[in-house]
Amino acid sequence: MISRQTASIRKSAAFLGEKTFRLAMVMCLVCAMSFVLVQNSPVDPVRAYIGADANQIGTEQRTLIAERWGLDRPPAERFIRWAGQIVRGNLGTSMIFNEPVASVIGKRFIVSLGLMAAAWVLSGILGFALGIISGVWHRRAVSKIIDLYCFVLASAPVFWIAIILLVFFSVMLQWTPVSGSTPPGIPAGEITLAQRLHHMLLPCASLSVISIAGVALHTKKKTVEIMQSDYILYARARGESAFGIVLRHVLRNSLLPAISLHFSSLNEIFGGSVLVEQVFGYPGLGKATVDAGIRGDVPLLLGITIFTTIFIFFGNAAADYLYTVIDPRMRHMEKINEY
Amino acid sequence: MNIRLVSLPNPRQKSAASITACLILLCSLFILNAMIDETGLGTDLGRRYLAPGHGSILGTDWLGRDMFTRITKGLCMSFHIGIMSAIGSSLIAVIMGLAAAVFGKKVDAIVALLIDAFLSVPHIVLLILVSFTLGGGFKGIVIAVCVSHWSRLARIIRAEILQLKGSDYIMMSYRLGRSRRWIMAHHMLPHVSSQFLIGLILMFPHAILHAAGLSFLGFGMTPDRPCIGVLLSESMRHISTGYWWLALFPGAALVALVKIFDVIGENASRMLNPRTKQE
Repeated sequence: MISRQTASIRKSAAFLGEKTFRLAMVMCLVCAMSFVLVQNSPVDPVRAYIGADANQIGTEQRTLIAERWGLDRPPAERFIRWAGQIVRGNLGTSMIFNEPVASVIGKRFIVSLGLMAAAWVLSGILGFALGIISGVWHRRAVSKIIDLYCFVLASAPVFWIAIILLVFFSVMLQWTPVSGSTPPGIPAGEITLAQRLHHMLLPCASLSVISIAGVALHTKKKTVEIMQSDYILYARARGESAFGIVLRHVLRNSLLPAISLHFSSLNEIFGGSVLVEQVFGYPGLGKATVDAGIRGDVPLLLGITIFTTIFIFFGNAAADYLYTVIDPRMRHMEKINEY
Repeated sequence: MNIRLVSLPNPRQKSAASITACLILLCSLFILNAMIDETGLGTDLGRRYLAPGHGSILGTDWLGRDMFTRITKGLCMSFHIGIMSAIGSSLIAVIMGLAAAVFGKKVDAIVALLIDAFLSVPHIVLLILVSFTLGGGFKGIVIAVCVSHWSRLARIIRAEILQLKGSDYIMMSYRLGRSRRWIMAHHMLPHVSSQFLIGLILMFPHAILHAAGLSFLGFGMTPDRPCIGVLLSESMRHISTGYWWLALFPGAALVALVKIFDVIGENASRMLNPRTKQE
């Protein structure tokens, strides 16, 4: 007989193996697709590289650059050479930042990660709490207010919320800085954590305001379902208090699906951070993505595509993992199968 | 004794009523759009920075253009982008979902991989990539949204059809000698049609918000053809000077438009879903 622990480790290993294989396949596909997309763009790489001086150089020099870069080769050969470099970890050099793509992504991602993690945790906790409250006290005034909040904000554009918050708190009240992630004109070593947090406050709030609505809506639906179940009726008949019911039944049943769903919402959080960073001039990965797209920095754009795909893939995989492995019903099923 | 003379509307009637109300609102937008002429779009430097209510309903911008006109035209533009990309991406979703279910295991594996890949690339990055390739514009935005939004609906339809494939009546039809194509056309398509319709309507809010986001970031639309994203990105340059109405109203109008489709979608799904339709 296999012990339960080994079985669960074995299952996790199988899950990990399958996901790794999946990730490899997805990455191949994404690389190929984005290469084809960039390949067909109207932006001429030589022209984009030279920039404003493009008119001052002759045709021979252009062909020389094209030859040096291998632009005269057929697309398939170029793809294989590019993919070979990617596999070896060389993402190329960013044209607008003039440094290796990997280091640009690394620096920018740290900035974005702080923002996204704060918004992700904050919206998860607040959204879950609001959802539980509005689900348990369904049809009361408090639930109506939360519902209204969700109704209006679940489908509001995040960049609009960001602008409105910016107008109100930064321009009218002047409580928060207007843009950037650090105060201007201060060397990097002397910036305090408080200053960083002060700059992060509004971007994080705009991201959370939208995300909270989504989490709360889902949690509420689940909670209402649970509250109408037979075991809650039984718990009520036993004389359990509302607080006890929430603690012992509602929380346990709704927490894991909510966490799982929240993992799969990383895509939206990242999308939101791109827009929010644009509004606040926050120098994170999102802003770099937009700059790369507008100014035609192909290596950076491709690098960001690959990097963020892996990031989102992990979020989705974590969501799947939570669904299959941690759910007590799934664990129980396994126990039954062992007999 | 308490006898009600007028019976209360049942949930189905309520749903029908809210859908009708939304459609009326939508129609009034188009009527409004047709009634307003283009003069408000032209610059009028004598009427710059008028606050809302002072000779203009929603105020004017820094070139004296009337915000009410711009928002109405912009909403219609956003609506067109939204409707075209929602239709496009749900068609892709249905074709992919059906292909996966009907053409055997190999096609199914490919479609599953495609769905996985498109779900893993962040929407916004894919949108930027595609509009970078197509050079922006109306067509660029519509195609970008189409390409990035089909995967979620395709996954739902594929799962639905896979489940359907094991059901008794499909097996029986197969045993009776019907071809796969016949079964697809006569049993599967009707089954997923309501799913498709709801998916289409609920896709609309996503499509319109992402299109607005994309044009806000500067990919696509030009300022002379106003669309909500462009209006908001222009307003960014003027908020530090206190012209709040340039930002507030376009966004609020967009939320209203999105909400209309949310409500239509929710009620339509309640009426079409076999589990809740008889309530």
